[in-house]
Amino acid sequence: MSNDQPSRSRRNALKCLAYGGAGTVFALTGGVLTPIDLAVAADKTRGSKMGRPFFVQISDTHIGFNKPANPDVGATLTRSIELVNSMSIRPQLIIHTGDITHLSRPEEFDTAEQLLSQLAVSELHTVPGEHDVADTTVSEYFNRFGKASNNKGYYSFDHAGVHFMALINVLHFKPGGLGALGAEQLRWVNDDLRGQSASTPIVVFAHMPLWSIYEPWGWGTGDARLLIEQLRRFGSVTILNGHIHQIVQKVEGNITFHTARSTAYPQPEPGVGPGPGPLVVASDQLPARLGITTVSSIKHHLSPGDSTLADASGVAGGV
Amino acid sequence: MRIPRSRVALAFVGALLLIVALYTRVASADETAPAQIVMKDFKFTPMSLTVKAGTTVTWANKDDEPHTVTSDSGLFRSGAIDTDGTYSFRFERPGTYHFTCSIHPQMVGTLVVQ
Repeated sequence: MSNDQPSRSRRNALKCLAYGGAGTVFALTGGVLTPIDLAVAADKTRGSKMGRPFFVQISDTHIGFNKPANPDVGATLTRSIELVNSMSIRPQLIIHTGDITHLSRPEEFDTAEQLLSQLAVSELHTVPGEHDVADTTVSEYFNRFGKASNNKGYYSFDHAGVHFMALINVLHFKPGGLGALGAEQLRWVNDDLRGQSASTPIVVFAHMPLWSIYEPWGWGTGDARLLIEQLRRFGSVTILNGHIHQIVQKVEGNITFHTARSTAYPQPEPGVGPGPGPLVVASDQLPARLGITTVSSIKHHLSPGDSTLADASGVAGGV
Repeated sequence: MRIPRSRVALAFVGALLLIVALYTRVASADETAPAQIVMKDFKFTPMSLTVKAGTTVTWANKDDEPHTVTSDSGLFRSGAIDTDGTYSFRFERPGTYHFTCSIHPQMVGTLVVQ
């Protein structure tokens, strides 16, 4: 939602505040996916103008976290789930871009699975965050969510004419460096994309940003450039990440990059403070700093003023 | 001049205490007192530490964010260490061991075992 809407009534503003902590919807506009704040999409009046909800991105649920930044991450996740379930036309699939749990503990995964099972959508797709692979055996995530990728962590699927690629970039960190995709996965990407037409919309999702946002905090993927080169020939590419618990967007040619908010707790802006830890904000401010992202297939073209970036700045400004 | 027997005894005891004290100090070094590395503000402190073989090193997390201690060579892997949690590993063999936090790869440290 944009902050520059002069006609917004106080009632709507309050409603938006209440719906903060929800997320963002993506709309498919002439083959280009556009993220829309979920609170807007869930609004019966305004949401109906945005076309058919396509999918929802949820990220960084951090089940198991219980520090002052958010003592009840289960409740804020439940709130987001309720919002998805309340949409008049529900999206068919949900993408979780990782950090499902905080400490990779079995009981955290159990709770997360239980909560996510309340989503009234037919498909849940996940990629792990580094918090999900922090157990000594790196097995808890794969025991539960490994089947889709044959325990590799990366796989692809097609939905409504859009080609989705789930990638893993949280294993094999280069010490002192960034996330990594690795040569084997990049070869698989090459094989997977070979048969795709350039007109097929592509959605790529992975936990850590696939572009460098702030390298001193590891907010990037060292070999992402080798992935991006393979995506350039496509007319519509949307890259979705989590990890940094805030919305940052960039458009590079036909490629739109988007990082999602967390449903658990905010993190500082790049380089502010000693490191990327939980950011404690006043409890009445917390909902506006959380969120998920929804994508819908839109029936009309947005005006330039409602472009992806304008929309993002509105969302980032606080719903 | 004749020194009283009590003074001799006292000097003897004093010397003995000194020897015991010195011996204890040397012995404790030989027994490799435990070493600690603190994880705070997304840094290992100290970033580099030298210990003797047989030392048990303990990492203590003082951040609000979990960390791990993960050896580059795969020798040790702590798993997630939550706030105020610790992880210990006993180093038997001399060598240089590089480690990182697998959650925050910008955190790096080195342990030299002599």
